[in-house]
Amino acid sequence: MTPSRNTLPFWLSAPSLLLTMAFVALPLVMTLSLSLYPYDLTTGIGDGMTLTNYRDIVIDEYFHAIFARTFGMAMLVTVICILIGLPEAYVLSRLSSRWRSVSLVIVLGPLLISVVVRTLGWAVLLGNEGILNNALRAIGIIDEPIRLMFTFTGTVVALVHVLVPFMVLAIWASLQKLDPATEHAAESLGANQITILRRIVFPQVIPGVLSGSLIVFALSASAFATPAIIGGRRLKVVPTTIYDEFLGSLNWPLGAALAVTLLVIVLTCSLAMNRFVEWRYRQVFQ
Amino acid sequence: MSFLELRGLGKRYGDIEAVSSCDLTVEKGEFVCLLGPSGCGKTTTLQMIAGFVPPTSGQVFLDGRDITALKPSRRGLGIVFQSYALFPHMTVAENVAFGLEMRRIGRGEREQRVTETLALVHLDAMTDRYPGELSGGQRQRVALARALVIQPQVLLLDEPMGALDAKLREDMQIELRALQRRVAITTIMVTHDQAEAMTLSDRIVLMNRGQVEQVARPYDMYERPNGQFASTFLGKANVFSGRSNGKSVLAGDRWFPVEGNIPEGDVDYIIRPEKIEIVDTAPLLHGKVSARVFLGNHWLFQVDTPLGPMHLTQPNTGMPATGEGDVIGMSWVGAHARVVASGTSR
Repeated sequence: MTPSRNTLPFWLSAPSLLLTMAFVALPLVMTLSLSLYPYDLTTGIGDGMTLTNYRDIVIDEYFHAIFARTFGMAMLVTVICILIGLPEAYVLSRLSSRWRSVSLVIVLGPLLISVVVRTLGWAVLLGNEGILNNALRAIGIIDEPIRLMFTFTGTVVALVHVLVPFMVLAIWASLQKLDPATEHAAESLGANQITILRRIVFPQVIPGVLSGSLIVFALSASAFATPAIIGGRRLKVVPTTIYDEFLGSLNWPLGAALAVTLLVIVLTCSLAMNRFVEWRYRQVFQ
Repeated sequence: MSFLELRGLGKRYGDIEAVSSCDLTVEKGEFVCLLGPSGCGKTTTLQMIAGFVPPTSGQVFLDGRDITALKPSRRGLGIVFQSYALFPHMTVAENVAFGLEMRRIGRGEREQRVTETLALVHLDAMTDRYPGELSGGQRQRVALARALVIQPQVLLLDEPMGALDAKLREDMQIELRALQRRVAITTIMVTHDQAEAMTLSDRIVLMNRGQVEQVARPYDMYERPNGQFASTFLGKANVFSGRSNGKSVLAGDRWFPVEGNIPEGDVDYIIRPEKIEIVDTAPLLHGKVSARVFLGNHWLFQVDTPLGPMHLTQPNTGMPATGEGDVIGMSWVGAHARVVASGTSR
């Protein structure tokens, strides 16, 4: 017997639905419920439900600093990625097709290498006895090494390197949809190159900048490997704090509560940003 | 000196000659069409006038000034692109105002001129719409208004009707013609549509394979094509190759009438389908009707003759007596035939 027309789509999508349920929805629900358990240093995870973990996060200045650092870092990384990605994508779109494919491979190449490996590479570069500091000292620009490892700056640099391809790809996709004749039209109307970029090209790639920013912001706010290696214990962000709560202090409920809080803030920021830009540039999205 | 002049303008891409040494003069207020099949170099020529494609040879003069090396932004030409190239993130009014902003024209005058120009193209009610909310015809008007508002010395149109459906296209052609007359702006339009070129232009520049084939008024080009290409690209034509003795042309084993001075030697003998009559007595040529097609205002006959298939048309004055399979006699007068030395056409 063949399934009727109405149930067929359900059966076909059932495997992926089940997979999503099992590996995304279920862990989320479990994390959420775990975050509501009480925890005691001596007795461990207790019974019942409580909001103590969330209260701790809200009132403890230790966590405030970590959250502020995480999102400040995410925003800074996003802004730098826009500043680098926008011209990079524009130049890419202007290359001849042969050079474009070569350049795309160069841009996307880093994505083929594990984040951990790339970050360790940055550690080699940024260390006090690293290549960068040695080179600067050799030229005589600095006497003392610049502290880059275990600093905010170093982490931002490494995160930007890891995430900028996502921005380039997103902007490049929307540049593909741009009618090159609009640039010619603006030129024939008397606009110079800078005006064309500012008034004609940029507003039309806003959708790409937005989707790129959402990806970069979410990924850098939840990045673990890079802050863990470059930032270390000295520069804690939310994901490394969660890791420490789970595996260091064994305070699973607090770790879960941190994870849920991070998720909610990232989601809220993303949705708000999306709404704002869609409202501001609604014509471009038509 | 003419208003716009192209002197030996050419463009070469490696070994390929896209446009070879194009000479053209355009008078002030004239409407000139660059007509030809795709790949004939008409768009490249327009792009060189606009300044987007640097020519490899020759010069462009505008109002006595050499503008060959000038950037597109400094030429002050109004251009309507094939895709219209409207700025999707700006309203209709902002699109039209852009060129005036670039010229640093004050807000008051800017708004006034935008309003005037939009009224000219009957879009006064659409000022706050975005291009995405407009129909194809309306977008074309915006593109036209945007090009006209800067009061350009020359208006360049690149296949402006390409994206419109047939009915709308006819309306817009008539409207564009009227508008061009009213504004009295020198206009150069690129098209591959011979009917459009005939409807709109004062003169047609017929191009083929990077060469200018013929420059003439539409009527002259239709009645006196200078070669096989011109005769068959602009309207339908029957072309026989034959030999001329200066008074008459021998094609196959028949002599065909001519009038006036004609070249001697190998020639193309051109006769338009509507100039051929069906006759019972003393025909020039016999043939069997292989197809009869009704085209509304006229009937088209395809006739198999000893010289190959021919076309002839008759005005629709009722059902014709001649049907498919009939053998008919055909005749025409020498004055309607056109004889050109063969080989003048590439």
